[in-house]
Amino acid sequence: MSTMEGYNFAYLDEQTKRMIRRALLKAVAIPGHQIPFGSREMPLPYGWGTGGIQVTAAVLGPQDVLKVIDQGADDTTNAVSIRRFFARTAGVATTTDTEAASVIQTRHRIPEKPLREDQIIVYQVPQPEPLSRLEPSRAETRRMHALAEYGLMHVKLYEDITRFGHVAISYDYPVMVNGRHLMAPSPIPAFDNPKMHHMAALQLFGAGREKRLYAIPPYTSVVSLDFDDHPFRTTRAPHACGLCGATDSYLDEVVTDDQGGRLYVCSDTDHCETRREAGHTGSESPLQEAAQ
Amino acid sequence: MSEPTLLSASGLTLRFGAIPALLDVDADLWPGEILAIVGESGSGKTTLLNVLSGKMAPQSGQVMYRDPAGAMQDVHTMPAPALRALHRSDWGFVHQNPRENLRMAVSAGGNVGERLMAQGSRHYGHIRAAAIDWLEQVEIDAARVDDLPRTFSGGMLQRLQIARTLVTHPRLVFMDEPTGGLDVSVQARLLDLIRSLVRRLGIAVVLVTHDLAVARLLADRIMVMQRGEVVEAGLTDQVLDDPRHPYTQLLVSSVLQA
Amino acid sequence: MNTVMLRVEDLAKRFTLHLQGGVQLDVLNGAGFEVRAGECIALSGPSGAGKSTLLRALYGNYRADAGRILVRHDGAMVDLVTATPRQIVAVRRTTLGYVSQFLRVVPRVSALDIVADAAGGRAEAHTEAAALLHRLNIPASLHGLPPATFSGGEQQRINLARGFIHGHPILLLDEPTASLDAANRDVVIAMIREAKSRGTAIVGIFHDAAVRDAVADRLYQVAPYQQAA
Repeated sequence: MSTMEGYNFAYLDEQTKRMIRRALLKAVAIPGHQIPFGSREMPLPYGWGTGGIQVTAAVLGPQDVLKVIDQGADDTTNAVSIRRFFARTAGVATTTDTEAASVIQTRHRIPEKPLREDQIIVYQVPQPEPLSRLEPSRAETRRMHALAEYGLMHVKLYEDITRFGHVAISYDYPVMVNGRHLMAPSPIPAFDNPKMHHMAALQLFGAGREKRLYAIPPYTSVVSLDFDDHPFRTTRAPHACGLCGATDSYLDEVVTDDQGGRLYVCSDTDHCETRREAGHTGSESPLQEAAQ
Repeated sequence: MSEPTLLSASGLTLRFGAIPALLDVDADLWPGEILAIVGESGSGKTTLLNVLSGKMAPQSGQVMYRDPAGAMQDVHTMPAPALRALHRSDWGFVHQNPRENLRMAVSAGGNVGERLMAQGSRHYGHIRAAAIDWLEQVEIDAARVDDLPRTFSGGMLQRLQIARTLVTHPRLVFMDEPTGGLDVSVQARLLDLIRSLVRRLGIAVVLVTHDLAVARLLADRIMVMQRGEVVEAGLTDQVLDDPRHPYTQLLVSSVLQA
Repeated sequence: MNTVMLRVEDLAKRFTLHLQGGVQLDVLNGAGFEVRAGECIALSGPSGAGKSTLLRALYGNYRADAGRILVRHDGAMVDLVTATPRQIVAVRRTTLGYVSQFLRVVPRVSALDIVADAAGGRAEAHTEAAALLHRLNIPASLHGLPPATFSGGEQQRINLARGFIHGHPILLLDEPTASLDAANRDVVIAMIREAKSRGTAIVGIFHDAAVRDAVADRLYQVAPYQQAA
């Protein structure tokens, strides 16, 4: 293990990590309930994943293998920086392979491959309060959570259906956790919501600026809000991945030229690569052709 | 004759510093009855409304409410969730300023449907149908169901607030100057609407007003308040036609005869 | 038909005018009489003698200071002087009707609804109300209109229809024919007689001697109160 001199394991001091772990234990005990914690200044700005990083630092051990994704990709600036941050401050092994990882920190996606009991997924959360846009008073939203008064959230869904004919929330789609707490699943696409339901892995959420943690223990019920006559439905772009041909993964739309050319590719880069290594090809595969 | 009360308050006292807002006030309300609390500004009538509805705690005295199951509940010692549940379903509150109660960025239908959704209604079609039905009952064109309240006139806003309140068929509604701040012609329409809805649905109402004409048109009984005390109470026509207390006589004689 | 429906005993009413320095007006003192089923008593006496005050006291509108007003309600005698507001409401609902001189109603409610609403919730209320209005020569074209803009006589007749439709066993009439023409006056006389023959006990103030003679069985003299100087 070659870690940076002068820093504690995983950057945060042990007292801070203990404080965060205590908050996490409480969060696990009350699925979906927001727990306040003493969020620390981190060597990157709020909004870049400080909450997620603190949670990761608190749960990381020397034997862990860390994967970091941003919008599903392992190779974006944020993902690379955070992975390197922990490689340098904790000396842990890192990977881009979902299956090989024991801790996965994520922004905006859940990997396509189902997670296992021996894995932990850590979400970076900008706004932990699902009612924040509807009820400005934080004291009032706390009371609403305490009394499980969630009619207001349905008012928002009602308004969407009235205005657009369907619920127009495409990401951070509110969920009921364990039949009790309304929870913001962080800005993952609604497409990923079903993956949270009865997930085998422990799900941890950290909001650094808002100083809140929450969690979903393994195999917990996570239900997306809906109406009986307007049931929750996932949507994805009606295409196959241009690189690996997958028809069931969440796709990014990539503009390829200034002639209006577009390419739809898996947003989960590891998923896409794994499929291509197994011989799957997309109908277009322009990048592969160019490489040949 | 010995029909049980719906709401029963006794010995309510509340002082703001040296100022007595309520002094040993008793009040009883029976199902389906309209009780007006009149008095000028500062007489304690709005404080009484807030204490009766559990929004404000008295320093002494208690307010008992007969819940739908027939059990008497102490409004000020019942658990907060139970009180909030009452306010969401079995009770209603109509404010003088409808903007305090309405969500101005939510459509009329969403405003009316909110209490249904809060009670657990999860069928969009049914909620919308109920909202349209209630808009029509308060004489708002059903075509306005998707419009935002900010496009409504003052009288329409007040009627929308009433629809939003009555959609859960409350048994008791608190009204604080419901016709205040409205044009006279709009007031008359609203009074008529309140009267017919309340009579038809058998709702009990505690109505705070400084307008004796409003009290006469709507209320079965009346309580006159001055400096936190009930100085006179009785049938509305008794108190207004044969006022006994000097303050009531002053109030009655101060009304302009149209 | 001999049942006593209403008995007044030693009734006193004093007004204290606090705004005029606490001046006390003793209007009634020691008033007493009884009315049996099917009987009509006319209150008589000079202007200012307290006839209207007495009639309003009988309805529970003015609160008496002493004495008793016993009303046969649901088979028992209820004293309106000591009754709770809710008891008075119950007595008024089923037993005691009152026709005032002036119509006071909520704006926007039609004449027909005003009358039908007073019928005590009977299913055929609107049919009865329409028939009664016709009898009182209110044309059908006016039935659907709110009476605020009607003439004094028309308002008075709507008031009468409202007072008579329920069929209360006791009826109090305050100048029921004051602003009516001869034809309508005769209709009202006929209505009062019919009510009497049904057993209704009536107390009324009739300035019109012809009407009084046509309906009243007895007079009760309301004496101007002698000020104890």
